[in-house]
Amino acid sequence: MDTRSDRASGMKTLAARPSRRIFLRGLASIGAVGMPLSSLAATFDTGEGVTFADGPRPLIRYPGKRPLIRVTTRPPHLETPFGVFNEGPLTANDAFFVRYHLANIPLSIDTDTYRLSVKGLVKTPLDLSLQDLKVLADPVEVVAVNQCSGNSRGFSSPRVFGAQLANGSMGNARWLGVPLHKVLEKAGVLPGARQVTFNGLDTPVLPTTPDFRKALEIEHALSPDSLLAWSMNGEDIPFLNGYPLKLVVPGYFGTYWVKHLTEIEVIDHPFDGQDAFFMKSAYRLPDNDCACVTPGTNPEKTRPISTLAVRSFLTSVQNGQVLKAGADVELKGIAFDGGAGIKSVDVSIDGGQSWRSGELGRDLGRFSFRQWHLRVRFAQRGPAILQVRASNQKGEVQPEHASWNAAGYRRNVIESTKVTIA
Amino acid sequence: MRQHIIRVWCFAGVSCFVLWKQVDAVTKTITLPPETAQLKPSDLPGYPIARAKCAICHSADYIQYQPPNMSLAQWTAEVQKMRHSYGAPIDDGEIEPIAIYLATVYGDASSVSAADSRKD
Repeated sequence: MDTRSDRASGMKTLAARPSRRIFLRGLASIGAVGMPLSSLAATFDTGEGVTFADGPRPLIRYPGKRPLIRVTTRPPHLETPFGVFNEGPLTANDAFFVRYHLANIPLSIDTDTYRLSVKGLVKTPLDLSLQDLKVLADPVEVVAVNQCSGNSRGFSSPRVFGAQLANGSMGNARWLGVPLHKVLEKAGVLPGARQVTFNGLDTPVLPTTPDFRKALEIEHALSPDSLLAWSMNGEDIPFLNGYPLKLVVPGYFGTYWVKHLTEIEVIDHPFDGQDAFFMKSAYRLPDNDCACVTPGTNPEKTRPISTLAVRSFLTSVQNGQVLKAGADVELKGIAFDGGAGIKSVDVSIDGGQSWRSGELGRDLGRFSFRQWHLRVRFAQRGPAILQVRASNQKGEVQPEHASWNAAGYRRNVIESTKVTIA
Repeated sequence: MRQHIIRVWCFAGVSCFVLWKQVDAVTKTITLPPETAQLKPSDLPGYPIARAKCAICHSADYIQYQPPNMSLAQWTAEVQKMRHSYGAPIDDGEIEPIAIYLATVYGDASSVSAADSRKD
């Protein structure tokens, strides 16, 4: 069980430790008032030749975050500058992307009065404090990628509406929490249960707008993978990433990772009604093998988006970079998938004509980023295209050509980096 | 914000021990950076409507950061989605002017004049 190895006795004390170092109130006011002009003026160029905004996107400092690329202000949506992914297999908490759907987000949270309710089709409804959760079962740790369904949407061709994201709406962290199934078992799921719904503190501005709620099939919710996490990379979860409690669904897209989780309900039917919008209408893929359609056409049937597609990136070289001819160059990057685990990463430095296997880095679990590296030498001067292609343990391989869907979800085409050899 | 916690233990009613310590308050509060994005001014009748209606639920950068060259038909569908899926209080008569403003200022303006000439 590589992914769930640290079934940790010592973890409990670690996680229950009050955070003495974080004075978010202080940080927040610095962010709002004393923000250095340089961070206001800074902008971010993805270098991909795609217009993501009406002008360059700004780098802005938010509470608990280093300057990140601002995609939208209200609700907040922040992207991680891509260089961060070259820093290591875990994404730092202050660099982790932020994405909300509704503008009424919590700005103040009292962990003393914070409660998680577990209700619906259960024998004993629960009203749990954070302390109750921390002692409900042995805490479990998992390293898992949280990737936005629309990560890389801005590269869709033809272009599509939605947050115009480059490749930075993803991150990999070590999550610590209580297994979801332990909480459900404590409440006692009754026969006839079909789905489990999840709700957090964020709410819509208008009563006519659907709330952001997600649902998992009961079998999935009772399987061992998912956590109710209170710790991320050994610290409290950053406020904007769902403090103090976040649903972690390893292998699944970030849309399921409900922030500021306060409500779990077991239901005896497929989730329905106005607040099922983000399951029934949004976050759906064409229900076919490629999860795609011919641009401009509608799918016959759709299904809720679920697991991450296999992906890989070159992180050590940026588009447009100049590399030296005749010298060794160490290429480095990351790969991940929805939980089968990465089997191999192949690298091409000639635009896909020939491929060599990269060497895989340490295995942090099947839901984690897997680092890879490969030493190459460029014989010829001139332009070159570097490509990286991952395969997973189920035999799934990244496609050569990007598929298209109207929402720009689940992009996983082989990435190309254009460089000059000089 | 800090709280002071004082604990006192007494044994056999005689000797007492006092423990005083500071702990962090349990409330975390954040302040978000100010919202600065503004819709591009225009003489089109849809501009004031868009300013009033779109801003109820989201900042203007949601609009500014959409891909260029989206057509009037595409912007119209987007405004309808805001009304029907997200419950935006947009009246029937407001959909067209908002979409014309958005397509003209942020999208493919030629799709607006093409639609105009079809009407004539």
